[in-house]
Amino acid sequence: MSVEANVEEITSVTSEIIQELQSLEGPMLPILNEIQDHFGFVPQDSLPVIADKLNLSKAEVHGVVSFYHDYRSEPAGDHVVKICRAEACQSMGVNELSEKLLSLLGIGWGETSDNGKVTVEATYCLGLCACAPAAMVDGKLVARLDDAKIEALAKEVSQ
Amino acid sequence: MTTKIFISQDSAAVALGADDVASAIANTNSDIQIIRTGSRGMIWLEPMVEVETDQGRTAYGPVNADDVASLIDAGMFEGKQDHALSLGLTEEIPFFKKQTRLVFQRCGVTDPLSIEDYKANDGLKGLQNALAKTPNDVVAQITESGLRGRGGAGFPTGIKWKTVLEAQSDQKYIVCNADEGDSGTFADRMIMEGDPFVLIEGMIIAGHAVGATKGYIYLRSEYPDAGIILNKAIQIAKDEGILGLSVLGSGYPFDIEVRIGAGAYVCGEETSLLESLEGKRGIVRAKPPLPAHKGFMGKPTVVNNVISLASVPIVMDKGAKFYADFGMGRSRGTMPIQIAGNVKHGGLFEAAFGMSLGEIVDEIAGGTHSGRQVRAVQVGGPLGAYFPRDLFDTPFDYEEFAAKDGLIGHAGIVVFDDTVDMLAQARFAMEFCAIESCGKCTPCRIGSTRGVEVADNIKNGVGAEEQIEILTDLCNTMKFGSLCALGGFTPYPVMSALTHFPEDFFPEQQVQAAE
Repeated sequence: MSVEANVEEITSVTSEIIQELQSLEGPMLPILNEIQDHFGFVPQDSLPVIADKLNLSKAEVHGVVSFYHDYRSEPAGDHVVKICRAEACQSMGVNELSEKLLSLLGIGWGETSDNGKVTVEATYCLGLCACAPAAMVDGKLVARLDDAKIEALAKEVSQ
Repeated sequence: MTTKIFISQDSAAVALGADDVASAIANTNSDIQIIRTGSRGMIWLEPMVEVETDQGRTAYGPVNADDVASLIDAGMFEGKQDHALSLGLTEEIPFFKKQTRLVFQRCGVTDPLSIEDYKANDGLKGLQNALAKTPNDVVAQITESGLRGRGGAGFPTGIKWKTVLEAQSDQKYIVCNADEGDSGTFADRMIMEGDPFVLIEGMIIAGHAVGATKGYIYLRSEYPDAGIILNKAIQIAKDEGILGLSVLGSGYPFDIEVRIGAGAYVCGEETSLLESLEGKRGIVRAKPPLPAHKGFMGKPTVVNNVISLASVPIVMDKGAKFYADFGMGRSRGTMPIQIAGNVKHGGLFEAAFGMSLGEIVDEIAGGTHSGRQVRAVQVGGPLGAYFPRDLFDTPFDYEEFAAKDGLIGHAGIVVFDDTVDMLAQARFAMEFCAIESCGKCTPCRIGSTRGVEVADNIKNGVGAEEQIEILTDLCNTMKFGSLCALGGFTPYPVMSALTHFPEDFFPEQQVQAAE
């Protein structure tokens, strides 16, 4: 999960990750995934290092990072809740349930609560469409969300 | 004698509490062996517990960890059927019995990571047959089977392979498209989690058929469990000599690597996927050149969906005719239909093409979960059309659905009850397109945002008729002015909602006036 890091550490961790993965065909996404796994987001200070080692411009690296929804530019909250907003979950009332969760937490989509406890993100399909509505809480899947589960979830991630 | 207990470790089962049930049963200290399998696909019965008996496996579900004590008291370990959660023999449950399980024959039956289980249940037979044949003969057999791409486009797999086989190059690739982003679909996830070796086997056969030595599985990041299982399965396959420098001792080398995406829906489009795999923004490429000529790294590449590749071993094992004998018209073989959304019996139902939509929704799915009337069914993911009850006689077939201005896509069907607001669904289709557009084509990039605004205008009662004319025009421009299916097919859900459910678009008095 997210850790505080200074420029020096970011540079050295990024270099190590690149070193390890550079020989792959098309190493960019594996490198970015690994960086995000390590820091919890993709630090701006990683980009010039990647550009240098992969012989790309910094703009090209920024272009890739900004294209993909998964990559965060800043750390997420201690807990990350990803709620599926796609059609199958809509048919089972996810719109009302997610509004309820967001209002209980006092945040909007993609936002982190002021105390840094929780970030809520929208996702489009977790493949749990036959037991909708579904969400992923800190990497763990939950299905058949209802009012009671949403209330319990709001409580759990606020602690 | 030790009793064998089977509990699914499929993501859906786990999300419903299968791990808790498994540990509750393990903690009873009985003389049992718990085997974690894939899912049988009856998701509304998950977590389902199966017990091996002389008559076959008996099932109980949906089981809560709290139910375990009473199930054991009622004789679950002896296969007795006296509990309220008793379901009888698994394979006699109507939802299961009515299926034709070819691709999913092992899913839910075997331990996904047991190569012994795989071999004991017809695994690797297709690969052995393929290795004994010339690449030309393998391609011919796939062509004869009538197998078409299961990702959505329905392009004949054999023709794609032939193009790559005939391409001259020092290096060719097999790329498995496992970026299953369509809402209402989960067949790829289930097979990767429940029977990963069948995908590996299919990819090796594809490699042998076209002369490729390297395969990539591009997996979406929303499927972390599938990634873990695939990587374990690949390692086992390497240890067993199924992957590596000499596949099953044939001298033919093949290797597979899993790559994880980063949450872009458009990367399910094959050229965008290739860009992403190369490490770039997932921007759609213009065709030609086809990926079959210039694909990954500019080399000839087969890009096939998970289910297409997982269908290959059975064609090579049982023969082209066996497979082609299932289905109707130009849609041959079986399709794993994914029944999702507001349904009573949700899950995966593998059947030959040709069942009517109504049969699937009313009989197999058993109507809605809410108990209300079915109003609309979206078939084929977020880019698929909404079907009203009037069209429920449409047979499940690529051409039949196209004739009704729809598509079967990856065969996900999402059911909505009569509380659905179809104007809101049309708006969502445009919103989703705006969020996921790669930005290359103007009609998709900008048209989708304008579409959301127009839908809002209609909702706010701003000159419905004029706004609907604009919406129709926008859809037309997107359909014909976009390179890929994201911009090109977003008009399907929008226009079908408008055509079949106009009452949700016009203020009440205008509908009455029109009647």
